[in-house]
Amino acid sequence: MSDSIQMRVTRYTPGQDTEPTVAEYGVPLRRDWSILDGLNFVKDHVDSSLSYRWSCRMGICGSCGMNVEGEPKLTCATFLSDYAPGPVRVEPLTNFPIVRDLVVDIEDFMEKLPRVKPWIIRDDEKSVIDGEYIQTPEELEEYKQFSNCINCMLCYAACPIYGIDETFIGPAAIALAERYDLDSRDRGQRERLDVLIEREGVWGCTFVGECTRVCPKHVDPAGAIQRYKLKAAKENVMAFLLPRGA
Amino acid sequence: MAWRWPIEQVPFTGILITEATRAEGGWLLNKDGYRYLQDYDLGKPEPTPVLRSMELGPRDRLSQAFVHEVEKGRTIESPYGPIVHLDLRHLGAELIDTKLPMVRELCMAYERIDPVKELIPVRPVVHYMMGGVHTDINGATPIDGLFAAGETACVTINGANRLGSNSLPECLVFGARAGKAAAEYAASAKPPPSVVIRQADDEAQRLDRMLSADRGTEQIADIREEMQSTMEDSAGIFRSGDSLTKGIDLLAELQQRLGRVQLSDQTRVFNTELVAALELANMLDVAECTLHSALQREESRGAHQRTDFPTRDDARFLNHALTYRDSDGSTRIERSPVTITRWPPGERVYGR
Repeated sequence: MSDSIQMRVTRYTPGQDTEPTVAEYGVPLRRDWSILDGLNFVKDHVDSSLSYRWSCRMGICGSCGMNVEGEPKLTCATFLSDYAPGPVRVEPLTNFPIVRDLVVDIEDFMEKLPRVKPWIIRDDEKSVIDGEYIQTPEELEEYKQFSNCINCMLCYAACPIYGIDETFIGPAAIALAERYDLDSRDRGQRERLDVLIEREGVWGCTFVGECTRVCPKHVDPAGAIQRYKLKAAKENVMAFLLPRGA
Repeated sequence: MAWRWPIEQVPFTGILITEATRAEGGWLLNKDGYRYLQDYDLGKPEPTPVLRSMELGPRDRLSQAFVHEVEKGRTIESPYGPIVHLDLRHLGAELIDTKLPMVRELCMAYERIDPVKELIPVRPVVHYMMGGVHTDINGATPIDGLFAAGETACVTINGANRLGSNSLPECLVFGARAGKAAAEYAASAKPPPSVVIRQADDEAQRLDRMLSADRGTEQIADIREEMQSTMEDSAGIFRSGDSLTKGIDLLAELQQRLGRVQLSDQTRVFNTELVAALELANMLDVAECTLHSALQREESRGAHQRTDFPTRDDARFLNHALTYRDSDGSTRIERSPVTITRWPPGERVYGR
């Protein structure tokens, strides 16, 4: 194994560049160095103006998502040595506008996420004195997988539908709706279905499955979307047979 | 201010391997494969975990034992400094996968180590600061309109050594209280007086100067790395009057050099270099507070262990240290009382 690898990194400064360019940096190639470690090396020792998001370095914060060799990845969990001898291409996540270098504009996702009301909705709130909402391990198991979403948006970068139709609410938002629907403490299924039954809700998805393939936390958004389609279809049939209010 | 040092962190990335690994029966081994904790008054090695004994001793005592192993030359050299090994292999794949799934996932995904078959290299890493911005139980600081909660605050619930898992409840409880108090303050506050507005203008001008001026040739990463090694050498797991005094002098030099940092990024869009420069300035201030208060605290308590004052001294130091910067730039420490409610400080005994 050579002791260094070339990284080809997207650079773009609005107001200064008309379009993104590619800069090439040589970084040490070590067995335990991730793509993010390579970028941090560049920022600390080669070019301190390189801009990218990162925080926890352990796959929990979800902020270091980028396209590595064309594939959406958490750069903290993607190793340089898997791309040896290189070069390795690092670009901002696809399907999002670029703010600067490897930083993308996540405003659209931030606006969509609260639409599915990803929090516990109750008909009646217990007071603190009445104690906790008890849940069994089996009830936890029901939604646990979907609760692993870290909002890293790799699924949006991988989704060909979102790439064409930006009104599509997208994989992570639907997976999170399912996470709360499946929670035994929640009573908000009706409110979420009202949002997801619309055209830009679950029906946008043509089941490509890329979201599940790239998910670093094995959330399976594609599975959530299929389950939701079934709920929405049932609802449509019911609405036809028994119009609400009838 | 005292900093918390858990032992089970992997070097370089500093990922924390949960203390639950020790609770489930993980062993800490030195370079000879020896469970070295038995040499530090932490009990006898048994095949299965024993409460308050050996690997189930408290994190500060385990970190201190690590330092002694380094001094004896019984640790393992790595590219990131001395390490010991956390051994989970005898627990078997089934227990690790059911009780410690995150540990195996983290080791595999971020370190390329399979704890079922391999030893995990670990060393103590600073993980949490017990001190912080002085607040009341509603997150209010002595400065009107400034609220703080979580690790950045010091609401004094943690004492000199935070217990495991208490940082999340701290955020939830005091974050909610501070949020409510801040909202109430904002709803009723009068417009800021002109002196505050002038201060804000000065601050904006300072940021402008950082972005444009030709200040020198210092690099942020160099100063940050030197600050880290200064703090580890002078106020690490063990401190002394000598190490702290030396550290204070080195930090003063770094403060000087900070004024000569040149930003190569002078844009105003997502300028992470500017953020890094501002963070570095804040970290240097916190580092200075830590060293000055540690120097004046001539005793050992919790995560603050002085080799020259190895015992606790409640008569002089059962109190909080408040750090002030005077107008001439010097640091002044004042003390405020500790209110003991249910649990007075006692002797900590393990393995016996």
